[in-house]
Amino acid sequence: MNETTGKQGLHAAMTGGIGRRTVLAGAGALAAVAAIGFPNIVRAQSKTLKVGVYGGYFKESFEKHIFPEFSKATGITVEAVAEPTGEAWLVQLEQAARARQAPADVSMMSQVAMLKGAAAELWAPFDLSKIPNAAKVVPHLVNKYPDGKVSGIGAVSWYITLVTNTKSYPQAPQSWAALWDPANKDKLGLLALVSNSFLLEVTAATFFGGTKHLDSEQGQLDCFKKLAELKSNVKLWYRDEAQFEASLKSGEIPMGQYYHDVTGLAAADGQPVRSTFPKEGGILDSGSWAVTRASKAGDLAHVFVDYMCQPSIQALLSRKVGTAPTIDRKLTDLTDQEFAAVSSDIPPIIPRYDLYQSKSDWLNQKWTEMIVG
Amino acid sequence: MIRRAPRGLAEHAPILFPALMLVVFFVIPFSLMIAVSVFRRVPGGFYEPDLVFANYERFLTAFFGGVMSFSLGLAALVAALAVGIAFPFTYRLVRLSRGAQIRWLVFLLSILSLSEVIIGFAWSTLLSRTAGITNLFVALGLMAEPQSLSPSFGALLAGLVYQAFPYTVLVLYPALARLDPYLEEAARTLGSSPLRAFFTVVVPALRNTIVATTIMVFVFALGSYLLPQLLGRPQHWTLSVLITDQAIYQSNMPFAAAMAVFLVLVSLALVGLALLAGRREETA
Repeated sequence: MNETTGKQGLHAAMTGGIGRRTVLAGAGALAAVAAIGFPNIVRAQSKTLKVGVYGGYFKESFEKHIFPEFSKATGITVEAVAEPTGEAWLVQLEQAARARQAPADVSMMSQVAMLKGAAAELWAPFDLSKIPNAAKVVPHLVNKYPDGKVSGIGAVSWYITLVTNTKSYPQAPQSWAALWDPANKDKLGLLALVSNSFLLEVTAATFFGGTKHLDSEQGQLDCFKKLAELKSNVKLWYRDEAQFEASLKSGEIPMGQYYHDVTGLAAADGQPVRSTFPKEGGILDSGSWAVTRASKAGDLAHVFVDYMCQPSIQALLSRKVGTAPTIDRKLTDLTDQEFAAVSSDIPPIIPRYDLYQSKSDWLNQKWTEMIVG
Repeated sequence: MIRRAPRGLAEHAPILFPALMLVVFFVIPFSLMIAVSVFRRVPGGFYEPDLVFANYERFLTAFFGGVMSFSLGLAALVAALAVGIAFPFTYRLVRLSRGAQIRWLVFLLSILSLSEVIIGFAWSTLLSRTAGITNLFVALGLMAEPQSLSPSFGALLAGLVYQAFPYTVLVLYPALARLDPYLEEAARTLGSSPLRAFFTVVVPALRNTIVATTIMVFVFALGSYLLPQLLGRPQHWTLSVLITDQAIYQSNMPFAAAMAVFLVLVSLALVGLALLAGRREETA
């Protein structure tokens, strides 16, 4: 899925272009080693928690800024595991769990992966009485089983916004409707998959009064029809973010959708790019912490998640990793400027993750036919 | 030299190792893929062992037919172009001095060390408006203003042929190097022009090599899934791109496996037809 792809690709780009396949191969090898199970022997002697985070920039930032502090505070050693692209990690966790193995105890999972994992009862429920700080997490970032048990707790959030090259566009666009403007023919870079671009939600919010319009199949078809109108404006449907980021900086592809945090970092580096929160809102995507049912380190995982939900750690994540806090901003000590670097007060467009679980194949087929046809 | 079929275990032993490798690295994975392709997709979840053909049914539509034909056509075009360029190139290459040949071969081998990602990014930069080759044309006064040439079908074709070229030369090289130069000299002595000698003597003498090389490049190009994403527009995405989408992004392994099985079967059938056609011509 797709926000994972997003994050990983762009971070690979930032860390100097580690090929996707390198990351996959590395993660695969790690998973294989973990699945064999010998790290368990080590765990018996010391308090070690295996934490899965997206490979590349995310993993590096966590290992540099977050995990050492956590170990100092709790005495628990963290073994960071690089998660691969897409839903591959979910598939690996599920297959390992069938063999009662846990390649990682706690993993950062995208929202659709949370739902799919919940459908297979992959996630061990959290006991909130052991996680007092979880009460601070924004309610929509707490994942629940249908019976109300907690399957996941918001780890980090990030925004996908409307980005432009400042040389090609001296004026920042105000609305997502700019994507449909005939003047922007062959100028856009958009994400290539229905479940990571969230463009159906953007279309519904921009032209049909909100994402509720996607409730019915007719509403979904309306959005597909409207989306087909912007096809001639799109130069690149990207899966690999490195490709779009380079083209955005050079002005080869001067407009598109991209990650707010990374665009801000590029602008701070002096690149001619800007990220704009359109008046309809940026797309707010997030990752959750979840524990596989095969993990034998559930207690340590609770300590870890509680630690990560603290306001001071959420602020640290915003400053060092560039993610938006998963708790109310007022609880943190982020300044206005620091908050603006990772978020916005404009109400966000929240993706309809439920659709990508209940109708994923149909939506995917329609989407592919729309952009390929 | 013994010219009889090998008898007994000892004489068969040399082929046991390759046979074992073939079973471990081809037969078993392919069987697993066939098995998964008839498993039942659990929407919004994973898959369960079953015997259903829904994955194949979903594939048998005009949409996937179109993508499949495009993939096959593209691979055939790449194979024809790569062999068409590499054959005359290798023909000249084997006539160079030993030192020059080694330099060329080292150069070609170094291209092989480039990953598909690097080749894709290099070509998209080379064909871009902001940093690409058209800026050179503008400087030379050949064009009014720089243009973007990628993503496009031409860009994709160029990238794929570039990637396949070194393999093609390396496969053709031994056969061309071994070709008896007296054959061509005889043709020249009997009065044919160099061009005529090339087409009526050299090319037919190496027909089997050319067919085998073309098939190799065809199969090689058919599996490409990164270059179409980097250098092509969505209508240029090959079946391999869609298989990747299903397997990695939609976690729909049964459907991805069904598409992959279909792709393997169709390419095997085409390769078989090409070989059959070659053999029939030979006997005629």
